[in-house]
Amino acid sequence: MTDIDAIAALQDPVRRRLYDHVVAQDHEVSRNEAAEAVGIQRTLAAFHLDKLVEVGLLEAGSRRLTGRSGPGAGRPAKLYRRSAGERGLSLPPRDYRTAATLLAEAAEAAGLDRRLQEVAKAHGRAAGDAAAAAGTAADPGTGGEAGLTAVTGVLADRGYEPQRDESGAGPVLRMRNCPFHALSEEFPPLVCAMNLALLEGLLAGLGVPELVVRMDARPGWCCTAISKNNDC
Amino acid sequence: MTDHHLAQFNVGALRSPLDDPRTAGFVALLDSVNALADRAPGFVWRLTGDGENDATSLRPRGDTMIVNLSVWESRETLWEYVYRSGHLDAMRGRRDWFQPPAEPHLVLWWVPAGHRPTVEESLERLDLLRREGPGPRAFTFRTAYAPDGTPGTGQSTSAAYRPAAAVVRK
Repeated sequence: MTDIDAIAALQDPVRRRLYDHVVAQDHEVSRNEAAEAVGIQRTLAAFHLDKLVEVGLLEAGSRRLTGRSGPGAGRPAKLYRRSAGERGLSLPPRDYRTAATLLAEAAEAAGLDRRLQEVAKAHGRAAGDAAAAAGTAADPGTGGEAGLTAVTGVLADRGYEPQRDESGAGPVLRMRNCPFHALSEEFPPLVCAMNLALLEGLLAGLGVPELVVRMDARPGWCCTAISKNNDC
Repeated sequence: MTDHHLAQFNVGALRSPLDDPRTAGFVALLDSVNALADRAPGFVWRLTGDGENDATSLRPRGDTMIVNLSVWESRETLWEYVYRSGHLDAMRGRRDWFQPPAEPHLVLWWVPAGHRPTVEESLERLDLLRREGPGPRAFTFRTAYAPDGTPGTGQSTSAAYRPAAAVVRK
């Protein structure tokens, strides 16, 4: 299946909503759950979900949701999750990925980390300024929640898939998707520090001094986390 | 994974001596970074100087070059420690503390489980990598080989799909 086929499969609005639901969850999704979430019949959900598997946008497995086993335990449920790999489409054909890899390799060899971080921070600040001007920023002084909401919106727009983590002392914003994923795995210290600087700039431009971004790398997540600034 | 462990050896040319204020940030991180390694999944062993908690007193190749040597259960667990743990944050100061390496500075190779490599052995592997490029006996994360010598893809070692905080619904 080509990338065009995969992306074209999302044209159907119902299928698109099913896809969006599955990839937004932190667990594998059954046909029942997906159908309920989107408000359609189970058989129709099954048809669309399997089409998404066919074009490679989702992967499916099966497991008994009840935890029972043996005869009479019930049929295993088919469960769907986002598939591995990346899909892209650019017309005319563009290959920024190759250029990014070459630039990153040269920057790594020349030890340009700090310069890259300066550039990234300035770039992030400009983006934050623009978002603030467009009305997505909190007023300074309205407190942490407004800032967190504004930041969440901007991060979502930039593809980070932010998610609140309430398990610690205060709310922390973690990000499920790294927009620079493949590059961050080829050149982790260079690219992850670049990303941190970009987000530092973004927060500064948005005008949310009550929030701070720090590096907090863990497998499967963006290497940064955003939380209340305790020095405020 | 049960017969072989992965050895890693890396060197770094300090910009300033360890007791210089410009290197203080690096020195301050040593204990916590090493403690993180000690409890990381897949960690097996790391080299330390006599009666010390790290290997920074060793100078096998001149005064400015320090070394680091450790053994892990797999390439994946090592990669996760180096790049997806608190160690990643510690690396942010690397350009402040170390010269950018002019040649390969990190080498990986397979050892029989239970083997503790020596510094001499490690330097041989690094020299091999520098002389001949990556091969089954000396390689890097991006140009890895399996214990039986078959080349890896050199792709990232983290799982291609890793559902964030995946939860199996009961």
